[in-house]
Amino acid sequence: MKALKKLTWIELKLFTRDPLSLVFTLALPLFFLIVLNGVFGNEPEVDPVEDVWRGVGPADYYVPAYLGLVMAAIGVLSMPVRLASYRESGVLRRFRASAMPLWSILGSQILIAMLTAVFGAISITIASTLIYGTELPSEPFLLIPAFFLAALSFSALGVFLGSVLPTSRSAQSAGIMLFFVMFLLSGSGPPPDALTGAMRGVSRALPLTHVVLLLQDPWLGFGWHVSASIVVLAVLVASVLLSIRFFRWE
Amino acid sequence: MSSALIVDGLRKRYDGFTAVDGLSFKVDEGEIFGIIGANGSGKTTTVECAQGLRLADEGSVRVFGLDPQTDRTQLRSEVGSQLQESELPDRLRVWEALDLFASISPGSADWPELLDEWGLTEKRDAAFASLSGGQRQRLLVALALVNRPRLVFLDEMTTGLDPAARRVAWDLIDQIRARGTTVVLVTHFMDEAERLCDRLAVFRSGRIIAEGSPAQLVAEYAGDASVRFSTDQTDLSWLADAPGVTAIDRAGSRVTVQGTGPLLAHTAAALVAHGIAPVDLEVERKSLEDAFLALTDGEEPE
Repeated sequence: MKALKKLTWIELKLFTRDPLSLVFTLALPLFFLIVLNGVFGNEPEVDPVEDVWRGVGPADYYVPAYLGLVMAAIGVLSMPVRLASYRESGVLRRFRASAMPLWSILGSQILIAMLTAVFGAISITIASTLIYGTELPSEPFLLIPAFFLAALSFSALGVFLGSVLPTSRSAQSAGIMLFFVMFLLSGSGPPPDALTGAMRGVSRALPLTHVVLLLQDPWLGFGWHVSASIVVLAVLVASVLLSIRFFRWE
Repeated sequence: MSSALIVDGLRKRYDGFTAVDGLSFKVDEGEIFGIIGANGSGKTTTVECAQGLRLADEGSVRVFGLDPQTDRTQLRSEVGSQLQESELPDRLRVWEALDLFASISPGSADWPELLDEWGLTEKRDAAFASLSGGQRQRLLVALALVNRPRLVFLDEMTTGLDPAARRVAWDLIDQIRARGTTVVLVTHFMDEAERLCDRLAVFRSGRIIAEGSPAQLVAEYAGDASVRFSTDQTDLSWLADAPGVTAIDRAGSRVTVQGTGPLLAHTAAALVAHGIAPVDLEVERKSLEDAFLALTDGEEPE
């Protein structure tokens, strides 16, 4: 327990010293959100045939989507790069030789992911509320479990990707690609209803698409998105199982 | 004396290549046990198995009677490791590394003292990536000692250190031994092995080809001793009768006597008895390097 606390504190410090993580998990999502909300405004589309914003103003539509983008940046980029580089440079071997428990190593990574997701969510909500006057979540008691399910799911995906990607370089390339594909196709860029058929197919295969729905519904007052929550839970379970199967110390 | 480490019939293969081929040895508590051998002779694989980082295909490893694979947690505060090719996160600071590893096991050393001993106090707040090779190495050794282990594995501890820093490291190893800590030292520096180790095992192709104290290995394998002096006297045939002398070579006035046993004393006695007292009489001291080269047919250590 002492090791977990110490490791989490150190990992938190390392996170704040890592420009790649800071840019992709905190700076870029906030920047994208401010630009898109400025461009699209927050007037709901009155014609239901033309509407791609799920019946709400674009800015309100985007805020919960960006909570998801922060989690995606952690899960596909920041965590895999850190874990892969730890394996590549022998940090994991060093930990193992000192009998550092695996659960403390992964636990600290997951705690950092959660903290980053919460911090990102708060900064996005505050910025968007102050600058564009967007709405706060209408169903906070549904949003909270949705938020933690989504963040856990992306953390587990991060552990899995960090287990299979051999080097920090390959984790960076894969992560940056996945980040931008999801950013554009999962709801934090053009809304899925505005995508073409083929793009929509890809969109449905991306975990962030379902995370966005899972977060948007309670935020916008549409209740619990059952099918999205099942997909996100499935990603969580599959990632945990695959991580157990593929995790390597060296 | 009880054993800190017992390796019995250890065998390890990787994809058709036998790295360790039926090794057995014991390391007594309190000694510094050296492992020397050429690159690929199985040294690192052996100590990795002993630290539970690799699973042996055959044979057993016991550290203080425990299995390093399954009893890792019990061994956590007993064993210290300095591994080859093992780094720390780039942006981790020196003091943070010591603080973290000290927190893993109870009863850890006072790390500011370790910083001081290993000459890292000035680098306390430096990031790992900014350290020189020697500083990194010293930090990694300090980390191996932070849990006050009873047995410490040092794999190529002084690689990357400059000569002065190597001497400092040797003194520190002496201090570690003085505290009663057992040390397993993998090295490719023969002077280091000779200076530090109580006993040595010479590895070749995954086997131990010789084992003993540095002095024993030198006496047994380094070959004949030789004694040199100069004289103008041409007939030295009587010198061949001195005990232990096996050969006499001359090149002008320079004479080299080869032989075994206390050759210098016997040669000197014979010379003086024949009225010769050369001022340049000297013995060529054989070193562990000579023994190692003879044992491995001149294979380069690492």
